[in-house]
Amino acid sequence: MSTIQADGLTRRFGDMVAVDSLTFRVGPGEVVGLLGANGAGKTTTMKMLLGLLSPTAGEARIDGTLIRDLDRRVMGYVPQGLGLYRDLTVRENLEFAAAAFGVPAPSLEAAGLGAVSGRRVGELSLGLRRRVAFVVARCHEPAVLILDEPTSGVGPLGRARLWETIHETAETGAAILVSTHYMDEAEECDRVVLMADGREVAAGTVDEVVGNVRSVAVSGSVPDAVVEELHRRGGTVLLDNHGWRVVGLDLATVAGAVAPGGTATEVPATFEEAFVSFSS
Amino acid sequence: MTWGLQEVTVSFAGQPALRGVTLGLDPGRISIVVGGDGAGKTTLCRTIVGLESAEAGDVSRPARTCFQPETSGVWSDLTVEENLEFVAGGYHLDPAHARSRIGELLEATNLGPARDRLGRQLSGGMRQKLGVAMAVLSEPDLLVLDEPTTGLDPISRLELWSFIVGSAREGRAILVSTSYIDEAQRGDSVLALDEGHVLASGTVADVLASMPGRLFTSAGRITPGSWHRGHSWRTWSPDGSPLAGATETTPDLADVVTVAALAEEGR
Repeated sequence: MSTIQADGLTRRFGDMVAVDSLTFRVGPGEVVGLLGANGAGKTTTMKMLLGLLSPTAGEARIDGTLIRDLDRRVMGYVPQGLGLYRDLTVRENLEFAAAAFGVPAPSLEAAGLGAVSGRRVGELSLGLRRRVAFVVARCHEPAVLILDEPTSGVGPLGRARLWETIHETAETGAAILVSTHYMDEAEECDRVVLMADGREVAAGTVDEVVGNVRSVAVSGSVPDAVVEELHRRGGTVLLDNHGWRVVGLDLATVAGAVAPGGTATEVPATFEEAFVSFSS
Repeated sequence: MTWGLQEVTVSFAGQPALRGVTLGLDPGRISIVVGGDGAGKTTLCRTIVGLESAEAGDVSRPARTCFQPETSGVWSDLTVEENLEFVAGGYHLDPAHARSRIGELLEATNLGPARDRLGRQLSGGMRQKLGVAMAVLSEPDLLVLDEPTTGLDPISRLELWSFIVGSAREGRAILVSTSYIDEAQRGDSVLALDEGHVLASGTVADVLASMPGRLFTSAGRITPGSWHRGHSWRTWSPDGSPLAGATETTPDLADVVTVAALAEEGR
């Protein structure tokens, strides 16, 4: 049972601030998501937690111990590139990692990978490779798991299966930090930290993040000049095939601007729209 | 359908990458192809534009077809405006028309303030918007965009989608590939691929209605085939019989594609 704690975590590369004063906590049995686009600072944050990069300011601890003083065996890590040997079989990859940690290799059958244990990793689908990487990262039963975009590029069923494994691991008491650029995966996390340009723009449960953020849905005919006017007033105007959605302006403002051709209705924001609202 | 693929199979070194895929493309409509890595999205895009050959089936496309590859195709050492001017020169556009068209596109993409910035100095979202602007510069009848939104921040994604939808409203047929299932709802039709197979296809409404059986949600796993979704579990009942301890739920696109993948696994 371990806790990850980041306080004011900051990393600069020259003049560029990759991570700016990030503070968050991941408790035992929790799945916390770091959400943001490529370049938002997610991987840099994870590298500081892993002790692969030193913070420029702030600190990160696991169970109160600074990362630099930590026995790294408490951590498991799945990088974006997976870190598997493509020319070794699934079993060989697992046995190699287990031997490096000085532990017996766990059962592949129990992980549902018995059928592919003798296949070379390079021959497997991406979804299966990601599951193998997860089993390898857990082979020494770490109390903390750091997963960098573990579902990237995987189809819906493969993603669902990976999330099952992540939740099952959390139920054993592991603290899990997972990054993703899929906004819909926020619903899989107990809490999320939304990042943009290295900074936290919102944090909490999905319900807390969306909170009372409202969007305005517009139907009917809306001339381009009106859209430009809404942009000028500070709104983010989004077009989809069902009409327009406006984030960041109140109903009266939008309704007045789109009349008489368009009709405006206030609707709950989607998680993505809430993110846009915070990032704007 | 006006253009597209009819029962197309494409293989590489004997390994099928697309297996009997049919996809219609029509003016003014956006078709979305969705799937994970290795599903066949890029092969499908490249086959439609003629960069890969079909070993079986028919491929049709208009003479004026433009393609934006996953890498956006932006020249990093040219400015935003120079990238557009270079493409306009390649299409031998009349200089006055090219200037006017470039002005329109810079405005539509909000890239005007960055017109003098080098390609390598652009953010991912700006680079992708420039790539799409370059692809529509010559006013093609068919625009094929391979994963234009992967890795972009939500604002850039939504801006890019607004530009794509606006481009379709000009009467253009557009094909967009994506690994984000939520984006499939932004199109007029969707084709879900998995290892070259079609899992589901049609309008979003058709695909939602195509799921056989019924879908249930529960607090815990009901069968080995149940899958985790948010803070609950989903279980598919292929014959529609009720499941004890679960309540029926209305499937969304992610559910329907997951069910199709489960059905494919079971074959």
